[in-house]
This record gives sequence, structure tokens and C-alpha cells, in this order.
Amino acid sequence: MISIDIEKKLKSYRGQHILQIKQQFAAGSITKIYGSSGAGKTTLLKAIAGFTSPERGKIIVNDVAWFDTETKINLPPQNRMAGFVFQDYALFPNMTVQEHLEYATTDKEWINRLLAIGKLEPFATHKPEYLSGGQQQRLAILRALAIKPRLLLMDEPFSALDPESKTVLINELKVVFEELRTTVLIVTHNPQELDRLTRLEINIS
Amino acid sequence: MDLTPIYLTLKLAAITTLLLLVIGLPIAWWLSRGRSFFKIALEAIITMPLVLPPSVLGFYLLLAFSPQHGIGLWLQKTFDVQFVFSFKGLVLASIIYSMPFMIGPIKSALQQLPASLSQASYSLGKNRWQTFTRVLLPNIKPSLLTAIVLTFAHTLGEFGVVLMIGGNIPGVTRVASIAVYDSVEQMDYHTANVYSLILFAITFVLVIAVFIFNKYQLKSPLE
Repeated sequence: MISIDIEKKLKSYRGQHILQIKQQFAAGSITKIYGSSGAGKTTLLKAIAGFTSPERGKIIVNDVAWFDTETKINLPPQNRMAGFVFQDYALFPNMTVQEHLEYATTDKEWINRLLAIGKLEPFATHKPEYLSGGQQQRLAILRALAIKPRLLLMDEPFSALDPESKTVLINELKVVFEELRTTVLIVTHNPQELDRLTRLEINIS
Repeated sequence: MDLTPIYLTLKLAAITTLLLLVIGLPIAWWLSRGRSFFKIALEAIITMPLVLPPSVLGFYLLLAFSPQHGIGLWLQKTFDVQFVFSFKGLVLASIIYSMPFMIGPIKSALQQLPASLSQASYSLGKNRWQTFTRVLLPNIKPSLLTAIVLTFAHTLGEFGVVLMIGGNIPGVTRVASIAVYDSVEQMDYHTANVYSLILFAITFVLVIAVFIFNKYQLKSPLE
């Protein structure tokens, strides 16, 4: 169970506005978060992961306070270990596909399984610059899954995939999410998307 | 032909570069993260030697480390260390003088890496040190090499600051650039020419090496 109640100032070209989120997510649920550009979707994910701090509020994950302005708790991202799929992928240019996963985990079997899920086995020794956009995006997802996160935050994670490989990947991911009992938040700008994966959705515009 | 000045110059440049790498990496990393007035002030001080006449810097170093008073006296009494007119003093002056060449390129390269790279590493449970050594440093290799070579080459070319604090003591502080000046003063153009040619050749090879390694992307230290 994840409970979020935060306020954060956002600056955009339209001036300042305050992002207010009060929401609970059941353990193991998959939720789609949508809203117009600049609404604060990415900021919400970054606040949960610990990359940015809200001005006020609480983030409680499985009964552990990750962030709380009242008691001045603010766990660093390393202690939160939320899987994060970045919109810009944030792949490490110096590492091959295999090395990305080895950097995250020492579990060889898990790495092999992830490579199979992402269909990246033939590219294990390739660096990101030699991967297609879709392959890079799949690697970003695999790397986040490598730590077997209890909470997975995905920022536009399927934007570079063609419809067919997207369907295949989503079916595979569903199985993994259930196995790991991972709670998943997926940010998307398109509310029509991902109906096959998620039943819950929130709109934060 | 006495090649001691060339040897001294290379030794000075190597020691300076090595020490600056150790000092410069953490400072550059720290400066690349966020901004505060203190950081801006520190960066200004580090950058000063780029625009300050070397003799001015050398003059103040000479005053500061003169064993008659102040820090110099204290160092002399407590540690029996004298920076003025010694090789140690040359190293100290070179570190200060070449610092912007080491820190500048590394800092701007670190700043140009997307913040999400560090964040991705943190979210995998990696601490700052692991992130710095495994993710950040390997991805700024060209700038790192540029910084190392520029620092080395710049130290080779020092003159004013070295003359002020080190003087012209053969075998101790008479580096190649000073030996050139000294030879010309004594109308010994042949010796001056030999030292100059050697410096010219070393510098040229260094810069060429960087261009080849970095695929023609040598970055200006102020970039």
C-alpha cells in the first residue's frame, strides 16, 4: 500500500502552479497516470523516487515513511530503491546491455530472463548508441526491473515501441509484475493508452 | 648540453598534473552540482590565474611563503618546509596556476551529463562514490583527457610564476622556460634553441595525441 499526500510548486512557461496529489495505491496494483503536459506527472514520479522534494506532505510506502515534512524524514533514493524508467531512458553510454543489468544486480539467472523478456539477448554486448530507440527503451525498463523493485515508476515507458512489440512486451511485463508483486505507476500523456495493462487511472491535470 | 632543465620541467609537470587530478576531481564534481554564492566565489578564485598576470600570482605567493613572516615562517618552524626558492614551491605555485585547466573541462563535462544518469544509478541503490566512478567518470573520458593534457602542457609553459617563487637555481628551480630566457640573456642562442625545440615538440605531440584520441573534439578550457 502506497499513500501519497504531497504539495509541490511547479514552474512552467505558464507561471507557477501547485501540484497537489492525495492518492492511495494498493500493493500490486498498476495505475495509469495521465494529464496534460506540464501538469506534474514526471515531478510526481521523481518526488516518489526521491529525486526531488515536495514542499509539504507525506509519502508512505508499505508502512515505511519515505518522506514526511512533519517528522523531517526524507530517505535518499538509494534507500527507496524504486525502479525508475526515465522518459529519456538515462542509459549509461559507457555500459553494454549486459553491463547495465550487471550494474544493477548480481543475479545471473534474473539477468538472462530479463534479456529474454526484452528480446535483447542478441544485443547483450552492444552499447546504447548501437541500439534502436525501441531497444533502448526496453533496456531502460529491464534495468529498472533488475533490482526487483516493490515499486516501479515508469515515465512514458512505451513511447518508442511499435504497437506489435508493445503488446508482446506488456504481456510479458504483466507476468513479471504479478510475480514480484510490484506496484506500478505508469505516466502517459495519452489516456486511451494501456487499457490492457491497467484498470486504475488518475488524472492530475 | 645540460638537459636538467628539461628533466625538471617534465618532473614538475608530471607531479603537478597528478596532484591536480586528485585535488581537482572532487572539487569539479562538487562545483558541478547546484549553485551557491560560495561555489561561485570559489570558482572565480580558481579561474583567476587564467586572467591574472603570472607575475602577480608569483609575487603574492612569494610574500605568503617567505620564511621571514606569516605562513612561510610558521611552515619553516613547524615542519621545516620552505616553499620559496625550492622545487616544492614550484609544485605549489603550478598547482594553483594550472588549477583552472584541470577543473574547468571536468566541471563542464559533468554539468553536461543529464541529471537522470546519476538519478538512475541512485535508484539502483548505488551511492555517490559508485555513481561517480562507474557512471559519471567513464562518460567524461574525452574531457578528462583534455584536462590532463592541458594541465601538463600548461605547466610545461609556465614562466612568470615559476620565476617569481622559484628563481633560477640550476638543478632545483631552473625549468626549461627559464633556461631559455637565461640563455638568451647570455646570448647563447644555440642552447635557447635546443630547449625551445624540445618544448615545442613535446607540446605539439601532446596536443596532436588529444586531437586523435578525442576525434578532433579538443575542448577549450573555458567551455
